[in-house]
Amino acid sequence: MSSFQHSLVLARTEQLYRRRKLVNRLMTAAMLVAVGLAVVPLFLILFYLLREGLPGLSLDLFTEDPNRPGRAGGGVHNALVGSGIMVGLSLLIGVPVAIGTGVFLSEFGQNRWGGFVRFIIEVMAGIPSITIGLFVYGLVVVNQGHFSAIAGALALAIILVPIVARITEEMLLLVPRSLREASYALGAPRWRTVLQIVLPTALPGIITGVMLGLSRIAGEAAPLLFTSLGNQFYSTDLNSAMDSLPTRIFTYATGPYDYWHEQAWAMSFILVGIILIISLSVRALFGSRVTVRQ
Amino acid sequence: MNDVQTPQQDETATFGGAISMQTLTPRPPFTEAVAEKPIAISARNVSAWYGSKLAVSGISMEIYKNSVTALIGPSGCGKSTYIRCFNRMHEFAPNARVEGTVLVDGADIYESGVDPARVRQRIGMVFQKPNPFPTMSIAENVAAGLRFMGVRSKSEIGDRVEASLKAAALWDEVKDDLKKPGSALSGGQQQRLCIARAIAVEPEVVLMDEPCSALDPVATLKIEDLMRGLAERYTIIIVTHNMQQAARVSDHTAFLLMGDDGAGHLVEYRPTADIFTNPREKRTEDYITGRFG
Repeated sequence: MSSFQHSLVLARTEQLYRRRKLVNRLMTAAMLVAVGLAVVPLFLILFYLLREGLPGLSLDLFTEDPNRPGRAGGGVHNALVGSGIMVGLSLLIGVPVAIGTGVFLSEFGQNRWGGFVRFIIEVMAGIPSITIGLFVYGLVVVNQGHFSAIAGALALAIILVPIVARITEEMLLLVPRSLREASYALGAPRWRTVLQIVLPTALPGIITGVMLGLSRIAGEAAPLLFTSLGNQFYSTDLNSAMDSLPTRIFTYATGPYDYWHEQAWAMSFILVGIILIISLSVRALFGSRVTVRQ
Repeated sequence: MNDVQTPQQDETATFGGAISMQTLTPRPPFTEAVAEKPIAISARNVSAWYGSKLAVSGISMEIYKNSVTALIGPSGCGKSTYIRCFNRMHEFAPNARVEGTVLVDGADIYESGVDPARVRQRIGMVFQKPNPFPTMSIAENVAAGLRFMGVRSKSEIGDRVEASLKAAALWDEVKDDLKKPGSALSGGQQQRLCIARAIAVEPEVVLMDEPCSALDPVATLKIEDLMRGLAERYTIIIVTHNMQQAARVSDHTAFLLMGDDGAGHLVEYRPTADIFTNPREKRTEDYITGRFG
């Protein structure tokens, strides 16, 4: 190769290098823009919530039940308690079913039957929540003859199950095969391996899934409108209509009074705050890793 | 570690060719007077499949008690698959199938009604990559097998944990950190932890599937030392693609090779000293002198 050719090659290399550097920069910039588009609305929502929600916050909001409409003051104590009861109850119903389904799918579901169940779960995850509310209305409320907290919790649980089941399956599949082998090689039967090795290893991920499900159902109003309805008064009776934060936000936000609007903002702020606090404290307790322990 | 050579040299006379041989081109097995040595595992005509793919083709071997038996051969020659037939781990692979008989103390582990979990309690295993349970502490890792067996007594578990860690030459390094997670140890320590975990349930045989291939030379040497000691109490079967390792640690060596059918065949199985100094088969000689593989 002559030195002339050599310098030509060098020039070409230099040109290529410059082009690649440019493309690299453009791509990085494009991705930063995408990140901004994704994150900016989130911060805007939080900012807006803070601005509109903080003024309405007061101790009364937590301790008082609603006044009769039109009389300013009062709180949403009944809605807070009602949400707590129904979300808690739906976790009690939904989480065992969901984790059981996830375990079945990952450990025994690598066949046609598992594929069928997986398909059902995916369809369930895609059903609009208001439809689930209607379904439970037809199934429970109509048969019982009245609205009830149990119906509300059931509707929330039906929304929760596909979310948690899918994440549980994914997290269990992430547990390395070598750990299962180690357990089998020690003479552990399959059920012990799943219960004592695979599930504990995937626990942080599964808990993250439950948190995700919890955040989703805690903010659902649509499925509760036909099931637990909402209640002006404080009630802990599972067999009668019960108030909840989302339905009360819905009522207040669309209602005629200014102090309702203010309280609706405050409730939205409380709702987001509670979910945030629960998520953070659970993470602190069970480790921050989203996936399985390695 | 030249001690492999000396004690085995005399045995060669009585031992040479005593073990049934299966070769790529089947030939009538020739037998001489079998030396009186207790047999831990007697595998007869064991074949293993992954789906329709034959991975191990009718290999027969007798594994002698309280000795180290090495399986060598190039990658893909079925050595790992073969030893996984000894503790019924092979059947965890999808569509896996085993044929033939594997006698442990004279009883076939593939007989119907035999619980694979029981087989695995008697025949422990150490894997290529150290795999301590990440959710468990060092002590819990060692105790895992005992817990699976239903041992509840704390003092008994404590004693077994200490004895196993001592036997695995890990006790001195971890005795103050028994509550720390097993995954916090170094690679070599993790592998010794896995060995301690395997021997805590007092198995008769310990299968080691390339136990040092993920370790550095110093950690490797430690584990090799350990193996010689363990052989006094347990029967060790080690799969390795490292011929020097086989020469250093084993009493008997089996050389496996992939045949034209793509499945593993046994070429030669004899005392280690013989196979490395005086291989009977041309293919063995080619392999151990580094002409292929």
